[in-house]
Amino acid sequence: MAENEDVIAAIAGIDPGSAFAEVVAGRADIVALTQQTHDGALTPENPGGLSHAERAALAWRIAKINDHKAFEDHFEAMLEKAGAPDNAARLADIWFDGGSDLRTKALIRHVDLVAHAPKEATRRDIELLQEAGIADADIVRLSELVAFVSYQIRVAAGLQLMRELA
Amino acid sequence: MSNIVHDFTTDIPVWKPYVAPLDLAEASAEQLEALKITPSNTKVSDYVLVLAHDVETLKHRSPLFNAVMYNRGGLSRAEREIGAVGASIVNRCIYCAAVHASRYNQLTKDEDVIAAIFSDGVDAEIDPRLKAILTFAVKLSKCPPDANAADMAALVEAGLGKDEILDLILSTSLFGWANRLMHTLGEPITE
Repeated sequence: MAENEDVIAAIAGIDPGSAFAEVVAGRADIVALTQQTHDGALTPENPGGLSHAERAALAWRIAKINDHKAFEDHFEAMLEKAGAPDNAARLADIWFDGGSDLRTKALIRHVDLVAHAPKEATRRDIELLQEAGIADADIVRLSELVAFVSYQIRVAAGLQLMRELA
Repeated sequence: MSNIVHDFTTDIPVWKPYVAPLDLAEASAEQLEALKITPSNTKVSDYVLVLAHDVETLKHRSPLFNAVMYNRGGLSRAEREIGAVGASIVNRCIYCAAVHASRYNQLTKDEDVIAAIFSDGVDAEIDPRLKAILTFAVKLSKCPPDANAADMAALVEAGLGKDEILDLILSTSLFGWANRLMHTLGEPITE
């Protein structure tokens, strides 16, 4: 995935050779591990019950919830690359709540909750996923996706502020 | 009899998962590798066994976590813990807050800063440098992130170098990740 070699560097505008790039290079190991986790969360070899397209669409949704345009564009492009099947693409529609499909509704509800207000989450929220037929391993995969994307967006947002210091 | 812990504390609770942890008897070679399970090391926390269901993120997450919190240079370990605590307060992760607040106390041999933060949040009357760090961490942790150029300028004003600011961004963001797992996949209890 050459175009994904460093999502954060592209989004935060880390120009090679700049003083800013030099500071970030001090934590090159963390930047590299962040990219590897991005690939593991978005395009895993074993996606379990969450397809690559569904992951990209949900990540796009999370970027919208975080009001981060550059990440919205990034995940939209990943969704396109995954073929953007209709049933996955609509997961990114912030006005879509899943309609009558129990699984879709449960996925969207949980992503919105954990992205926006994790402090409100309780045992009942996990039970709702289980009642919708989502396996425990897929609940963990979904949680990692929301949690990781929330992390990556904050790293980029912080770096964007830092870059302005010049 | 166990009780769910709802208030911030430096007494580390027990974390009880809502989903079934991975059964080691059914673990794949890749999962065992990520868990660093060997015949002489079979002790793994329920938290890590839960995360092992998603081995393709777990295998990078553990080294990433250690690098962010313990790498040499940059921001002091204690101040990185304030980034973690700031995020954990916003996301109300009682477990993460307890672990990292108590680590701050151990590292600094001081309990007043954490007591003030638990009591008054960003209004805590603490050293200006710590206050700038806490304020930035709390605002970056909101959804959408709410930290702005003035918060960044306050870090510089408080004497943080760019390498330190980078470490603060990383430790705060890392807990935006950890809180969303710990607080949503299980609960803190006292037994």
